[in-house]
Order: sequence, then structure tokens, then C-alpha cells
Amino acid sequence: MRIFKPEVECASRDEMKALQTERLKKMVKNAYENVPFYKQKLDEAGVSPDDIKSIDDITKLPFTVKTDLRDNYPFGLFAVPNSELVRVHASSGTTGKQTVVGYTKNDIDVWSESAARAIVATGGSKDDIVHVSYGYGLFTGGLGLHYGAEYLGATAIPVSTGNTARQLQIFQDFGSTVLCCTPSYAMYLGEYRRDNNIPLESLKLRAGIFGAEPWTDEMRKKIEELLGIEAYDIYGLSEIAGPGVSFDCEAHNGLHINEDYFYPEVIDPETLKPLPDGEIGELVFTCIGKEALPLIRYRTRDLCSITREKCACGRTLVRMSKPVGRSDDMLIIRGVNVFPSQIEHVLLQQGMEPNYLITVDRINNLDTLTVDVEMNLDTFSDTVKALENTKKKLENAMQSTLNVHANIRFVEYGSLPRSEGKAKRVIDNRKK
Amino acid sequence: MYIKQLSVFVENKDGRLAEITTIIANAGIDIRALSIADTTDFGILRLVVDKPYEAEDILKAAGLTVSLTDVIAIGIPDRPGGFAETITAVANKAVAVEYMYAFISREQDRAYLIMRVADNETAIAALRAQGCDLLDGESVYQL
Repeated sequence: MRIFKPEVECASRDEMKALQTERLKKMVKNAYENVPFYKQKLDEAGVSPDDIKSIDDITKLPFTVKTDLRDNYPFGLFAVPNSELVRVHASSGTTGKQTVVGYTKNDIDVWSESAARAIVATGGSKDDIVHVSYGYGLFTGGLGLHYGAEYLGATAIPVSTGNTARQLQIFQDFGSTVLCCTPSYAMYLGEYRRDNNIPLESLKLRAGIFGAEPWTDEMRKKIEELLGIEAYDIYGLSEIAGPGVSFDCEAHNGLHINEDYFYPEVIDPETLKPLPDGEIGELVFTCIGKEALPLIRYRTRDLCSITREKCACGRTLVRMSKPVGRSDDMLIIRGVNVFPSQIEHVLLQQGMEPNYLITVDRINNLDTLTVDVEMNLDTFSDTVKALENTKKKLENAMQSTLNVHANIRFVEYGSLPRSEGKAKRVIDNRKK
Repeated sequence: MYIKQLSVFVENKDGRLAEITTIIANAGIDIRALSIADTTDFGILRLVVDKPYEAEDILKAAGLTVSLTDVIAIGIPDRPGGFAETITAVANKAVAVEYMYAFISREQDRAYLIMRVADNETAIAALRAQGCDLLDGESVYQL
């Protein structure tokens, strides 16, 4: 049995809607009565909690955005007194101010159960030894999977990140069966195993649950090979809960959203109108199962599509596609949607530095896209001809990925912002 | 028979060339010859110096993209037609030249030509056959 809570995960659409309706009503009432911010927002929008009679009425409610969390820093959006809170987490923000999230005992259970469902979807059970190499702390990764494993009754090993030699030692000595960490760390662990000639047969790992950063299918295959496991994706964001908002199953065909707790919508980020299933837009969540931070229609900025078709695994839980980018990163150049992540992808593929700066201009009513790329020793040549050829090659690769022309401009190594943190990578002069 | 030329990637920015040459000046490195290839966005600074390996380390430590390139140095007579005769000899042997630059020396009646070719060995054999005066690294660095 690979399904933790079949009565919910395989519920009919009607059953699910009934459950969501009941929870939405309760949650909106809680937000309205206990969070002054939401009382004011609903009053301004002319909506009363009594107007919410079905989950479909959710479109009457106003949206919440990240700056609302910052403006009410740290605890302003909490619907419960401190005596009810059992934990807080926080995520670093681009502006320096953190977004703080709080949990009641029930909220921790909701989140833990969500993460437990993700572990079970990998074939997990209470016999598993879950090795958690996400960071423990204000970041939700470590404790999220840790509590998920305990909720399931599995054995959690709180290894946290770092000390790679010890991680491998614990794999061998404790017999870890499921690894949870970021995909890049999984890759690192796998390479370390290979480079130190630690045989795969000495490990009992069978599955990995990886998230918190974007990763590709090539990476998945590589990790699976290096660690001898099947790799599963997991998605979450601290504002909503943490890892476990949605999870991968053995079909590897989209991530199942725990929609009985986190109700998803996909909207057009420009018009804010809901989009039909299958269309890519901004993912929006309403925390219908949470008490402490009852976010209503929270705009995640992640772009993806959702489908309600039944999955091959038997679940009926709505599935989301892997996010293709962030709505606030999207650039529209001559009518074509361009994401900085696509540009980064091309640069890495071509052996260039992943540091870049995008400049968008409008010259003679025509949008132009220029990408500054750092020169490195592998690319450098003492002849202009060779550098011009490299530039052409890069421009062709950009064209075929982006479907729009990008001028490449080589700049000196070290002259662009580094990739740590959230560097400013786009200058859009059209907005001036 | 090659000499080591420093090739440095330089952005087209005010004062950048001054900054880079100051770095090697501060290390007491003497420039023998210099040329710049420029495009609209960037340039390639090419330098022949007295201590090429040391200069490479210093520029790398300063964060610059720099490589050492094998180039050929030829001594030519410093008189009208000196350059034309040598280059005709090069052209006759169908040596493909990527770029070149020339400078005169402190010696009487003597100039030098630095040449970057696609295929060094073929070029050297061809130039020797033409009786060109090929110089080795040390003699150029100590000019």
C-alpha cells in the first residue's frame, strides 16, 4: 500500500469538494474574526464570511501577497494567541526582512501528515529509516520531513546538512532507507560515495525525497544512479506549511497537492482571473486546514499548471506540474515569455559562468534583450575570431531555447553579481 | 622558438587598461611590446613582458582572465621595405596569420615582428626556409 490516507487521497471530486467547502468556511471565519488585516480586507472587498457557501465561492475572496506578510512582521497575521502557538519558522527575504510563519499543535499535525503522505508515496512505511539531511532550524526543510517521518511511525535520523563523510557512515551503520535533502546535496553525496569507492551494496537506501530548489530530469537520473535509489520530488513553501504541500508518486507525472489542506488555484498573473486546468499560470494557495496562519488565496509566484485527472497511482488528488519559473521573474519580450532561469540553463549547458545580467530595452519600438556573460578561462581565447564564434554559438543556443534573439555581451570575470542569495539579474529599461 | 605572450580579456570601460597595466607595473614587470584587439564590447590586450609567468600569476590573482599564448618573434631590418620583404616571405609560404604587431628596438637598424599563426610548427619551418631571423623567448624578454 503506497497511499497513506486513501479516503482523502483517492476521494471522489464531490467528496473532496464537500470537505474543502466545510474547511474553507471555518477558515475564513477564523481569519475574519481573529486577524484584523483580513477583517479589513474582506470588508473592503464587500465579502462577509457568510457569503462563502461553497469552495467555488473562493474566487470572491481577495488575494494575499508576500509583502502582506512582511508588512505585518512578525506575528501580525496570526489568528491565535502565543499560548496556542507551538512553533515558528522563518524564511529569509530578498529585502532582508524575514517572513515568519506560526503553527498550532494541529497545524504541525496537518503538515506532518502531509509530509508522511509524501514518504508513503515512495513506498515508505514505519519500517523505514528516514535520513534527513535538510538543514534544521528556521528553514522548514529539516523539521518538516523529520515530523513527517515520526508521524508515519518511521525512524527519523536528524543528520542535518554537512559533514559528508559522516553522512555516508550513517548510511552504512544505521541502514538509512530514505534520504531527504536538496537535490544538489544528494548529487554531492552520490559523487562522494563514488569517489571514495563506497560500494552501493553497503547502503540500504531505496528512495530519496528531494526539494527546496529546482532540478532537472538529467539530475534525477544522475542521483538515482549515484545512490542506487528512486528519486521523488517534493514541493512546499514556508508560507503555506513547508515541504509536503505537494509530492511525487511512483508515476512521476506531476506532484499531488494535499488539497484537503492547501486549496490550489491557478490564475493569470496579469488579470488575476482563474485559469482552466492545464493552462500555465500563477499558483495560489488557501490554507483551508490551518489555524495559526490562515492565508487566503496566497500568491506563490510559482508558475505551473494543474490537472484533476486521476493519476496512474490511484490518487485523485489534484496534480501540479513542476514550476516552470516565477511570475515576478517573467519577462515579456516581443510578446514572448522569457524566464531568467532559461537563460541560466543555456549558459550552464554551454560551459559558461552561471552569473549573468539581463538588460531589456525598447529601441525604435522594438524590444531588445542583452545578456552580459562573464568570460572565463575555458572560453577565453587570444583571438577575436574565436570569441566571436563562441558568442554566435551562445546566441544561437539562446534563440532556440527562448524563441527570441538575445545579444550576448562578454564582460570580465567577477564583474557581475554572484549567484548566492538573490542577486539582481534583470534591468528592464522599458519601465522607465 | 616560441615566445610567451600574455593575452588578457578587457572590458571596454574607462580606465580599465590603466588599472591592468598598473598591476604589472607595481610588480616591477617591464613591458616589451603591446597590442590591443578591440571589438565594440571588449578588447584583448596582448603583452610581451620580461617575466611572463610571474605576470600571469599576478594578473590571475587580481581576478583577470589571462592566458599565455605561444607566438613567434622575428627580427627584421629597420629600413624602408624591411617589413614588406619579411611579410612577403610569409605570404609566399602560405602561413595563415591570426594577427601580428611590430615594434622597433633600442638596437640600431633592427625591428621586431610578433606573429600569432594557426600552426606554429609549419610556420617556423617555413620561416626558417626563408632565412627569417627567429628569436627565442629569453632574447625577447631581455630586449
